Amino acid sequence: MPQNEYVLEMNNIVKEFPGVKALNQVTLQVRPGSVHALMGENGAGKSTLMKCLFGIYSPDGGEIILEGKPVVIPNSKIALSLGISMIHQELHPVPYRNVMENLWLGRFPTRGFGPIQFIDHRKMAQDTRDLFRGLDIDLSPDTMVHSLSVSKVQSLEIAKAVSFQSRIIVMDEPTSSLTDVEVEQLFRIIRGLREQGVAIIYISHKMEEILRISDEVTIMRDGNKIGTWPAADLTTDLIISKMVGRDLTNRYPEREHVPGEVLLQVKGLTSPLPKSFKDISFDLRRGEILGIGGLVGAQRTELIEALFGLREIESGSIRMNGQQVQIKSPEVAKKHGMALLTEERRVTGIFPVLSVHENAAIANIDKYQRPYLLLNEKKKRVDVDAMVEKLRTKTPSTKELIMNLSGGNQQKVLLARWLLTEPEILLLDEPTRGIDVGAKYEIYSIIVELAKQGKSIIMISSEMPELIGMSDRILVMCEGKLTGIVDREQASEEEIMRLAAQH
Amino acid sequence: METKRIQSFISQNAIYIVLVLLIVAIAIYDPSFLGLNPLRDVLNQSSTRIIIALGVAFILITGGTDLSAGRIVGLTAVVSASMLQVTDYSRRFFPNLGEINFLLPIGLAILVGLIFGLINGVIVAKFKVPPFIATLGTMVAVYGVNSLYFDMDPNNSQPIGGLRRDFTKIFGTGSFGFGGVSIPNIVLIAIIVSIFVWVVFNKTKLGKNMYAIGGNQQAAKVSGINVGRNLIYIYSIAGALYGLAGVLEAARTGGATNNYGNMYELDAIAACVVGGVSTTGGIGTVPGVVTGVLIFTVINYGLTFIGVSPYWQLIIKGSIIVAAVAFDMRKYAAKR
Repeated sequence: MPQNEYVLEMNNIVKEFPGVKALNQVTLQVRPGSVHALMGENGAGKSTLMKCLFGIYSPDGGEIILEGKPVVIPNSKIALSLGISMIHQELHPVPYRNVMENLWLGRFPTRGFGPIQFIDHRKMAQDTRDLFRGLDIDLSPDTMVHSLSVSKVQSLEIAKAVSFQSRIIVMDEPTSSLTDVEVEQLFRIIRGLREQGVAIIYISHKMEEILRISDEVTIMRDGNKIGTWPAADLTTDLIISKMVGRDLTNRYPEREHVPGEVLLQVKGLTSPLPKSFKDISFDLRRGEILGIGGLVGAQRTELIEALFGLREIESGSIRMNGQQVQIKSPEVAKKHGMALLTEERRVTGIFPVLSVHENAAIANIDKYQRPYLLLNEKKKRVDVDAMVEKLRTKTPSTKELIMNLSGGNQQKVLLARWLLTEPEILLLDEPTRGIDVGAKYEIYSIIVELAKQGKSIIMISSEMPELIGMSDRILVMCEGKLTGIVDREQASEEEIMRLAAQH
Repeated sequence: METKRIQSFISQNAIYIVLVLLIVAIAIYDPSFLGLNPLRDVLNQSSTRIIIALGVAFILITGGTDLSAGRIVGLTAVVSASMLQVTDYSRRFFPNLGEINFLLPIGLAILVGLIFGLINGVIVAKFKVPPFIATLGTMVAVYGVNSLYFDMDPNNSQPIGGLRRDFTKIFGTGSFGFGGVSIPNIVLIAIIVSIFVWVVFNKTKLGKNMYAIGGNQQAAKVSGINVGRNLIYIYSIAGALYGLAGVLEAARTGGATNNYGNMYELDAIAACVVGGVSTTGGIGTVPGVVTGVLIFTVINYGLTFIGVSPYWQLIIKGSIIVAAVAFDMRKYAAKR
């Protein structure tokens, strides 16, 4: 029997939801022993396609052919038994169990007599070590999982996929919370898997990574397949233009703002925690975008959370308009005209079971309070819905639950929430993380527009081009210390990198 | 598409449909169930339960739970009853107490409920004790407080009886005519409380904050909500509602003992979850809770009405609790 050219063929897959065609005759062909990148904006249909592959959704049309044989995948257990695994963007291990128990969960090796079977811990440890050795993963079988870093947990998940004899492994945004070094480790594991003939479907928004690691790239837009190309034939700009369906001459919007007088003065801000931020001083002007760069662990998030009253400050001062302020809670920060868009949208941002309207309205309820404690619901609805619409949030209605929206649209709702409070200072922590290119540009436009209106913006970003493209000045941190403030004109990736890795 | 719309309608309105089906099923067995009297009895028996369940709903929606509800009802029933005995009753709790305005003991009972709710709130909000444990503690302690009070000389743990007629009539057994139909007073009180709670849930900042805290406590904090203060308010309101329910229990039964209210919290939690309140927080409506209570009363009353063994009633009740939550879980699982 001739070797099949493709290990997986998904032919003309159709999936409809009430009112939307999520997948319109999408075809995906994956070769064995290759890394196949799947790209597209959020809402393009990548996840829906993968959910069809993994049996979470049943397609309304089309066929799935695995190694030449048509298959029906009714649930994820069958998918797993057919050799299809998925590494999710968010990992959910059992935290207070060790590595090997997580790995072999539900299929522990046993020994004993007849019906009396005990778990064979020695064999389990040995199998784990063998598996890790084959994958070049450096992990001890009896480490507790809650003490592992995200990247180690991810390695564990990959090992788990391999242990199921998977021939196809889907990775959904695997690098979104990894450091550069950890990304390299992941790539090493991926290359090893590829040599063993495993096909990897790699979903990511990071162009540079895609171009480095993948063999072929399939691009989707609005539920349609745009095409599949060898990665070698593509460039970042080409991918972007295919994804958004237009040429992006400018990845960042035109800047029309001019920073004014100093609004915020931070002096010697120090955290009580020994490994956190120390002696941070900077000024922020009206209508200025101040970027904060640094590596993971630079304590950037901790710094702006302290500014917003979410973390304690041991010493140092914060002045607004020359007046010293004590910000002890987000409530106080809000009163001083601050707003914080947190990095972890799902953990500290959205209220998943509440509607888009309630999510957007929550920080600004005071404004609609009438005497006798009742709310002016009508005015609230008009104001809030207008803001949600102004940011061009894609949602069937503002009554829709926010958890049904894509990441980019959730982020717009959160921006709307804070813009409604009419803040003077916006603290944005990785505002475009996990958001597709088109929505990113819209968020950039909103930020630039806000600066033009005289709002001051502090923006943490781990994407160098974004930092340089958006900021007036870039404050760089390393291990809790301020290592430099770079002006826009002098900013280069090399300079920021040098400051970020100074210690 | 059409079947999907019907499916979605059914899943959105499942509890109302269940209530109607229950009534229809019982009526098929015995059409006289649809008469005015059984209907009034169902509402009458639901009234205090609705008030307790609404108090518990406040707390469930914040993502907490309240095990102390029943015992607080018991305490406030005893407190109000102890001060509302007729002056010529042979064994009075306070032998020398004159005939006071009945609003005084009622207000005091509600205040006592509010204070214990406040204590719950402070333990949860300030000392960060999980609500299950915090209210388990108050549940036990409140029973102790109640028993101490109940055991005071000269009462010495005797059931409190001989309550004033004016009080029991207005807040318990009395009724008023409305369009030729006599409506029990406590049904009216339950309706007023339901409207009050509905307004708090939907039209006030406290209500919005409550849903937000239950929906995602961390996000609520980041949004500038003072989570602790709001929780204390919410637990206090719930406590006050238990206090009112205690007063109504005393009035309805014409007396009180320290065992009043025992396990009421579990009935209330069951009614809430059947009524669509999520035990993980953020979800729940007043009509849902009221319907949840009515479903249980209809089972109790209706099945007795047609002669089903009370033991079978328990099995049906238990099955409905589990089935309702399983159904709800499916609804939200499908949306992810």
